Amino acid sequence: MLRFALGRLLQAIPVLLVVITMTFLLVHSAPGGPFSADKAVPAEVLEALEAQYNLDQPLWQQYISYLGDVVRGDMGPSFKYPGRSVNELILSGLGTTAELGLYAMMVAVFIGVIAGVTASMRPNTMQDYVPMTAAMIGICMPSFLLGPLLVLVFGIHLEWLPVSGWNQIPGDKILPAITLGTGYAAYIARLSRGGMLEVLSQDYIRTARAKGLSEFLIIGKHALRGGLIPVVAFLGPAFAGLLGGSFVVETIYQIPGLGRFYVQAAFNRDYTMILGTTVFFATLIIVFNLLSDMLAVWLNPKLRQQVRGV
Amino acid sequence: MDSNSLDTMAEKGTSLWEDAWIKLRKNRLALMGLGLLIFLCLVSLLTPWIAPYGYEEQDLLMGATPPSAEHWLGTDVFGRDMLTRIMWGGRVSLMVGFIATAVALAIGVIYGAVAGYVGGRVDAVMMRLVDILYALPFMIFIILLMVVFGRNLLLLFFAIGAVEWLTMARIVRGQVMSLRKQEFVEAAHSLGLSQWIIIRRHIIPNTLGPVIVYTTLTIPSVMLLEAFLSFLGLGIQPPQSSWGLLINYGVETMEEYPWLLIFPGIALSLTLFALNFLGDGLRDALDPRTSKD
Repeated sequence: MLRFALGRLLQAIPVLLVVITMTFLLVHSAPGGPFSADKAVPAEVLEALEAQYNLDQPLWQQYISYLGDVVRGDMGPSFKYPGRSVNELILSGLGTTAELGLYAMMVAVFIGVIAGVTASMRPNTMQDYVPMTAAMIGICMPSFLLGPLLVLVFGIHLEWLPVSGWNQIPGDKILPAITLGTGYAAYIARLSRGGMLEVLSQDYIRTARAKGLSEFLIIGKHALRGGLIPVVAFLGPAFAGLLGGSFVVETIYQIPGLGRFYVQAAFNRDYTMILGTTVFFATLIIVFNLLSDMLAVWLNPKLRQQVRGV
Repeated sequence: MDSNSLDTMAEKGTSLWEDAWIKLRKNRLALMGLGLLIFLCLVSLLTPWIAPYGYEEQDLLMGATPPSAEHWLGTDVFGRDMLTRIMWGGRVSLMVGFIATAVALAIGVIYGAVAGYVGGRVDAVMMRLVDILYALPFMIFIILLMVVFGRNLLLLFFAIGAVEWLTMARIVRGQVMSLRKQEFVEAAHSLGLSQWIIIRRHIIPNTLGPVIVYTTLTIPSVMLLEAFLSFLGLGIQPPQSSWGLLINYGVETMEEYPWLLIFPGIALSLTLFALNFLGDGLRDALDPRTSKD
């Protein structure tokens, strides 16, 4: 297991290098410098600014020094928020986004697994069709549509829940978590239904039935562990997708998280911030994929043997 | 496959495609999806002629009116007919869906087929590259591309297409790999058929099923991506519009004029619905494992 994890970590290094290089080149090939969008700046001020951010050096030198900085964990200063470093900005948004992502995932797994398992217990009956049609609606209803509709209904018409902010009014975390989690709940429902159907037709489930175990024990103790493997495999990429979803949800609900910072940085052409967040996101995604692979190996005895054999 | 003499002895044989069509016809949801899709494509194609009002036509006395007999879906704050706007927006949304998917399809199929057919070290290197690309945060790259090179429609096609080909390449490669080792391909080899005939006659028709299914499922995800970008203000640029952009505008005024959000939302969701149901139906229909029950 340790060797497996280490090997995967080593593989992640070239991937990260590719990400950094591609982003760096893209950002530096952008027409116009980061300061050219502002009001006309005197030439000497521009030069001083460029010198301050090392923009007067040749590209390869900037690249090398940026790589060195990233290895040391320093993403540089923000272009648009003078006096604040990218590290500070990322750190201040990360906690919020992580909390939002966690709640959304809890919503997604809770609703998704219950719906999927319920559907798999009586396939091709109403008990199957109703949750699966709901799941299809969840998949086809993008968060940028669901969010505003929820705001319209629960925030504005019924006035039950606050519609913006984070951690200011009690209950202001409910709508964002539901908005972000619904799409994933739908996918998880479909995945867990498929996984459970596969497992429920296995011999060891028949054995459990033959022993006269209750349906609750059969599902809860024997089937779930195998049936949820596809869900676990989905969780890693899902966390990566959650980051993308956080762009929308944090914009709709005005949550000061990483996603909103990124969108703002993209609008403001805050290049160091874009570069820094991209590298940071890539790292996160790779780590989550690794964790979900490890979890899948741990859950699936067949894979475990394969890993040991390597 | 061309064994008519044998077929006459038993029941009449059905090809994979006839079989699939028979199964698809029984799937009411998939058929509804197909019908809706054909309808939407027709409307989009004919929009310049059948749209009730001009694209930029404003009725300044009718700013933001709810649905009425004159304007079936109401008007926006500038007095423009919503139905017309949604029809024009749908053109862009569907175009992005189809063209970006076509780009992904072309790259993915060629890449996957080469990797799968050549095999060996070439395959290992090619698929390693796909693995690496999979790990990249692509959403962010598309946003980055749009920021760096400006929001333009052509770039959007290619940026999205360049992201979505990875899964296609994997599917095609897996399919080609397993086909290459099948007995009927070996038989064709031993009969002395040329490589090209084998590829054309046996490999391509047999990879088509999964490719079609995945294509139908890629179109909605591409459309969703475009709508997502446009919603954030990083996709389609006015005066062009798309459903994502219309939803974006709708959100700004949804408290006073909810229909400006709801109608484009329904248009987008219904289309995604249709495509997903059709894709699911095709998957069931083209999967030989579920055939002949």
